[in-house]
Amino acid sequence: MLTKPRPIRLKGRSFLALSLAPELPFEDWLAGLDDLAARSAGFFLRRPVVLDVSSLVEIKKADLRELVNELSQRNVRVMGLEGARHSLLGPDMPPAMNDGRPASDFDPAAEDEIAVAKESVEAQEAPAVETIAAAGPSIQVTGSLVVTEPVRSGQSVFFPEGDVTIVGSVASGAEIVAGGSIHVYGTLRGRALAGTTGNGTARIFCRKLEAEMMAIDGFYLTAEDMEPDLRGRAVQVWLEGHALKTGILG
Amino acid sequence: MGKVIVVTSGKGGVGKTTSSAALGAALAQNGEKVVVVDFDVGLRNLDLVMGAERRVVYDLVNVIQGEAKLTQALIRDKRVETLYLLPASQTRDKDNLTPEGVEKVIASLKKAFDWVICDSPAGIERGATLAMRHADVAIVVTNPEVSSVRDSDRIIGLLDSKTVKAENGERMEKHLLLTRYDPTRAERGDMLKVDDVLEILSIPLLGIIPESMDVLRASNLGSPVTLADEGSAPSRAYFDAVRRLRGEALPVTVPGERRGFFGKLFGRKAA
Ligand SMILES: Nc1ncnc2c1ncn2[C@@H]1O[C@H](COP(=O)(O)OP(=O)(O)O)[C@@H](O)[C@H]1O
Ligand SMILES: [Mg+2]
Repeated sequence: MLTKPRPIRLKGRSFLALSLAPELPFEDWLAGLDDLAARSAGFFLRRPVVLDVSSLVEIKKADLRELVNELSQRNVRVMGLEGARHSLLGPDMPPAMNDGRPASDFDPAAEDEIAVAKESVEAQEAPAVETIAAAGPSIQVTGSLVVTEPVRSGQSVFFPEGDVTIVGSVASGAEIVAGGSIHVYGTLRGRALAGTTGNGTARIFCRKLEAEMMAIDGFYLTAEDMEPDLRGRAVQVWLEGHALKTGILG
Repeated sequence: MGKVIVVTSGKGGVGKTTSSAALGAALAQNGEKVVVVDFDVGLRNLDLVMGAERRVVYDLVNVIQGEAKLTQALIRDKRVETLYLLPASQTRDKDNLTPEGVEKVIASLKKAFDWVICDSPAGIERGATLAMRHADVAIVVTNPEVSSVRDSDRIIGLLDSKTVKAENGERMEKHLLLTRYDPTRAERGDMLKVDDVLEILSIPLLGIIPESMDVLRASNLGSPVTLADEGSAPSRAYFDAVRRLRGEALPVTVPGERRGFFGKLFGRKAA
């Protein structure tokens, strides 16, 4: 029986990748990476990584391949090369990537650098974070972002570095994307996506739940899935296995 | 230097043009010089509401393109001599509004007038962002229904990011004007409650304008409602809004209710 094969569909999809820019000499750079990985408990391991080699003008293909191997031994999977010369590419190398758009800086070593993407939402870092960071490099701190304005429809607060606290409400049609937990001291009407960099221990807290969608580490609940008696209540959401659990606060 | 006010909403048909004309006429009745600028290129309306449609020779686009002087395009109101209209073009494309051109026009108007009221087109595109660009104060016109409230929320976000004030790190003064408020529908629960709208938008309330046939009658006469019928309920609400705009602490009453909103709502921290 000869049936016409179904046409193959090509779909576009974009993902958040971490971009690493290796520096010479590679040994020193890898040592720095090991140190970082040890301190932040494999924070970015197993995340998709793109190597930005645009500043490495002198290196040879063999050296770069060696670096890719070193990284893969550390469980860092290189998905692509950004800014690579033609001579560095080949079938035995990760594919070339271009047209990367910047998201927030992803630098667990420098908590004082915060970025909020898209429409500029006024953001201030909690002074407490600075105080803790000043206590010494041995203390582990994840980033935190405090937004003291309501988040308006169409706005997006994007902070893969850590926790996001909103002192105000999150409007219908607005979204909060956090690597860590999300705290909303107001009504959550839009979307809240916590633990987006693979952190299943992240939670979502809000004073009043009217959310359109909530997700932790990619597992989500839409408004329809939420229990009706949670609406309008102070609620927390966490991940148990592959399911989101909700509970009333206080 | 005059104050620049943008009357904006995101959504169409909520009462921006009606309110621009009514507030402009009310402000001008004290002898202050007021110009109302129509930014709705291609869909101009303000000239009709102000009864000046047959007197339009040059418009905002002509001025921006250097085809006419500002003084040639301004139309003085026949009833209130300190009230002026700068009409929009009905035939030209809104791409003719350039950021530089708008900046120059607004700068000149600020020198000559006490109040410059910019009637924004609907949407969040070029026309709307140019209308708000140079504002000192924003009046967000909202109807008590979900889609209007959500669009207004979106616009407030733009006011806080896309305006010159926002880019300079300054705070844009924003006021909520709740229009087309229908007491009978409110009683039936067919509209959002005033408290709910205020809770969602969290900006101070400038006034509540009731839904009224007087508004339609006035615009059919080609007159801002605050000139056509000063004693009507919508007119009184617009006059009160003007007093609040001037800084007076006047309680807001919900049409059809006796309850005053003073303190509780108007006294909220300006967002
Ligand atoms: N308070 C009101 N009562 C009754 N009709 C109103 C009121 N405000 C506005 N309208 C009517 O609603 C329609 C849209 O108003 P308009 O001011 O042109 O809105 P926009 O400029 O926001 O598109 C017009 O027909 C106008 O007469
Ligand atoms: Mg209009």
